[in-house]
Amino acid sequence: MELTAREWWGVIHGMGFGAIFLLAFAGGLAGFYSLKPALVTAEGVVERMRRLKVGVVAMAAAAWGTVLTGTWVVYPWYRAGDETSTPLSAKFQLLADEGTAKWHEFGMEWKEHIAWIAPILATVVAFIVLYYGANLIRHDRVRKTAMTLFVMAFLFAAVAGALGAFITKIAPVR
Amino acid sequence: MAQMQTGRGEPAYDPGLEEHFEDKPEGPISAAIIAGGIGALALGVLTTLAEANETIKGWLELKSSVGPLSGKTTFAVVIWLVTWAVLHGVMRRTRYETRRALGIAVILVILGVIGTFPTFFQAFAGE
Repeated sequence: MELTAREWWGVIHGMGFGAIFLLAFAGGLAGFYSLKPALVTAEGVVERMRRLKVGVVAMAAAAWGTVLTGTWVVYPWYRAGDETSTPLSAKFQLLADEGTAKWHEFGMEWKEHIAWIAPILATVVAFIVLYYGANLIRHDRVRKTAMTLFVMAFLFAAVAGALGAFITKIAPVR
Repeated sequence: MAQMQTGRGEPAYDPGLEEHFEDKPEGPISAAIIAGGIGALALGVLTTLAEANETIKGWLELKSSVGPLSGKTTFAVVIWLVTWAVLHGVMRRTRYETRRALGIAVILVILGVIGTFPTFFQAFAGE
């Protein structure tokens, strides 16, 4: 079993950064949720805030890694050539069959754009946590705002990730 | 046990936490949130404009192998960062409510998502 260089980039883009993103989201969400006055002690706050900061920064970094490798490394291979090229790139494989054309016309067209909203929102959340720090414990309104943005970032990444997984299953980049 | 209760039954925080709290204005947070919404909106607007106008699509093609996506995403990020810097400067000392900023950002993000939705932007495609 061997992977080509392009397939390795696909793995880095989707599974590498994607896995870090998921882990960071789960940890970050738990961190936000438990950042309630009744659940934090003076002894625990430093460790709790450090973990939350690492989680949100890792999620933002993973989101940027995903979109940058996706757009600038993998996407040119996906869309290379035209309908007469041999072999056909993933885009033209999808478009060549009426049954799969929508995966490009809708799936890829939406994925390639909407994915970019995730790192923007994740960066905003990372900024809030780094700037406001432990104040999030006593200002529930700000904590809930950050959590909302955090979940939104995840949802946009999830839509893009799911579409990417389906498209790769039908027409992998090789 | 750190948990304490106020007279009204609301949880208070461990007094030992006080040393970790700093009085910081919410303005910079609100600026970041609104700028994030503007970044998403910019992406949606650029996506729709690229579909509607071939000249704009050409301008957005910063790298031919990536196509207009290269410009849409690059300029959306530039617009987001510039807006953030400007709003941060304007709001850094204000107490602008984050909930209001979130409301504005959510509306901007929804508009941005509509702009990136293929059924929407493809409706503007030239013949």
